[in-house]
Amino acid sequence: MTGDGAFLQCSNCKKILFTAEFEQLLHVCPHCGFHHRIGAPTRIEITFDPGSFEEFDRDLRSGNPLDFPDYTEKREAAEAKTGGFDSVVSGIASIDGSPISVAVADFAFMGGSMGSVAGEKITRTLERALDRRIPAVVFCASGGARMQEGLLSLMQMAKTTAAAERCARAGVPYIAVFTDPTMAGVLASYASVADVILAEPKAMVGFAGLRVSKQAGVGKVPDDFQSAEFALHHGMLDRVVPRKELRSVLNALVKLLGGHLAGVTKVSKK
Amino acid sequence: MIARDFNEWEKPLRELEEGLAKLQQRIERERDPASKLEAEAALEELTRRRDNIVAATYSNLSPWEKVLVSRAPTRPYALDYISTIFGAYVELQGDRRFGADHAIIGGPTSLDGQPVLVVGHQKGRNIQERQLRNFGYARPEGYRKAIRLFDMAERFRLPVITLVDTPGADASVEAESRGISEAIAASIAKMFELTVPIVTVIIGEGGSGGAIGIAASNRVLMLEHSIYSVIAPEGCAAILWRKAEMGPQAAQALRLTAESAKELGMVEEIVEEPWGGAQRDPAAAAAAVKLALMKHLAELTKLKPEAVRDDRYERFRRIGVFSS
Repeated sequence: MTGDGAFLQCSNCKKILFTAEFEQLLHVCPHCGFHHRIGAPTRIEITFDPGSFEEFDRDLRSGNPLDFPDYTEKREAAEAKTGGFDSVVSGIASIDGSPISVAVADFAFMGGSMGSVAGEKITRTLERALDRRIPAVVFCASGGARMQEGLLSLMQMAKTTAAAERCARAGVPYIAVFTDPTMAGVLASYASVADVILAEPKAMVGFAGLRVSKQAGVGKVPDDFQSAEFALHHGMLDRVVPRKELRSVLNALVKLLGGHLAGVTKVSKK
Repeated sequence: MIARDFNEWEKPLRELEEGLAKLQQRIERERDPASKLEAEAALEELTRRRDNIVAATYSNLSPWEKVLVSRAPTRPYALDYISTIFGAYVELQGDRRFGADHAIIGGPTSLDGQPVLVVGHQKGRNIQERQLRNFGYARPEGYRKAIRLFDMAERFRLPVITLVDTPGADASVEAESRGISEAIAASIAKMFELTVPIVTVIIGEGGSGGAIGIAASNRVLMLEHSIYSVIAPEGCAAILWRKAEMGPQAAQALRLTAESAKELGMVEEIVEEPWGGAQRDPAAAAAAVKLALMKHLAELTKLKPEAVRDDRYERFRRIGVFSS
């Protein structure tokens, strides 16, 4: 998206839009329907009950455990850009009065990459759901594991997946929403073991990023390769849901799958 | 000049060793006692030089050189370890879903008389074998076969041993279509479900998601010259600096050696390799791996089933460096 003030240009179809209308449409282009990326605060605002979000673990911050070149500078720039300390915002919120343990990835923070902090926050989100016996909802948006933390990042794949496995064994519903993009180390870990997987239209969903695929010698690919629709077609996710319908689909799922949990609001009789 | 692969890197040493072999042959054929003595002296000198070079090189490998050694085509692969370490091994190939993948192999076997289940990545030695093994890049079916074998291990109370040696999981269109990410994630989740002990040994390349897909274990050991990395150094360089040739710099930055992994607390033990690397003495490497496996399994089999599962959770739960 480019532009400022009253008008914007859609980066997908290049048409000019009214900023106010674009925001009212939840950052979906009225011309081409493209779902533009939104930050964690906007996502929380448009999904959960107004004012219901209570943030947890906000102050968790990565160091530079490997002394990786330029990492500290990149992280500080991302902090300045997003106002957060890492790529995941987490806490408790509610939908239609039902409490939910939530985590929302912010692509604007170093491509939503998962290092120690993102992994810890996702794990705590799932453990919080487990402890309180409430459903968990995680919005994914990530290029994958954060290279700058090396093996520590790779191990977050196992840590987060382990927490999801505990939820599954305990009958605590866990719903993942793949937003643009959901890739690599995140897709190949906690994201793909959710009880229900939803995705936003056209979200990029895939294992290896283009530069890595080229390196590995992957040649020609289909047009819709690594899209939410491609993953849906191949049975790798459950539904592609337009942004404006996400809240109501999540609300229904939380009540239907979490009906056995004490804190969850019951489905209405009709 | 930085070498791009093991053969290029080891060429001077290999030439020296070829020279040694030729000299040896000459000595055997030599009839003249004076010439024979002279040649024997030369052989002794050359052997000493070779030994010095091997010792100096292998005691001080750079991270990039470790990458090259971990990928050495002469290095023992999973099946080499399996045939040396274990008793009768019955390979089971079906994933019961789509097809047979040969980059991940596994089945029941025994370790020192105790039935166990082994799962490992397998690379190929010649062109046909490499194609069969997809160059060690496992497909979704490989991970689904692993899941099926993990279930079997749980059912029959078999401790699990996994041997990791992969550049990464298959990223082809076909792999993507059949859910390579889901297969890896589900395999990790399955490992956390098991109440039998799991011990992993990284024997060569521990390549990113493809590696962790069978390494969510109670104990993770690394061979001295193996590597374990969140991303292949060339891939890292391609992303960060848009130059795959900067692999050596990325290898340094990623801290992917066994020594670094141990320092970071990511592995429990480094298994020392024989002089000059596992490829110079596969039998000795296998013996060291066997000893380490028996030690860790003996500790883990003392735990109750639930405690084994909790131990695995706690092992990974602790990992992460941050302030709050």
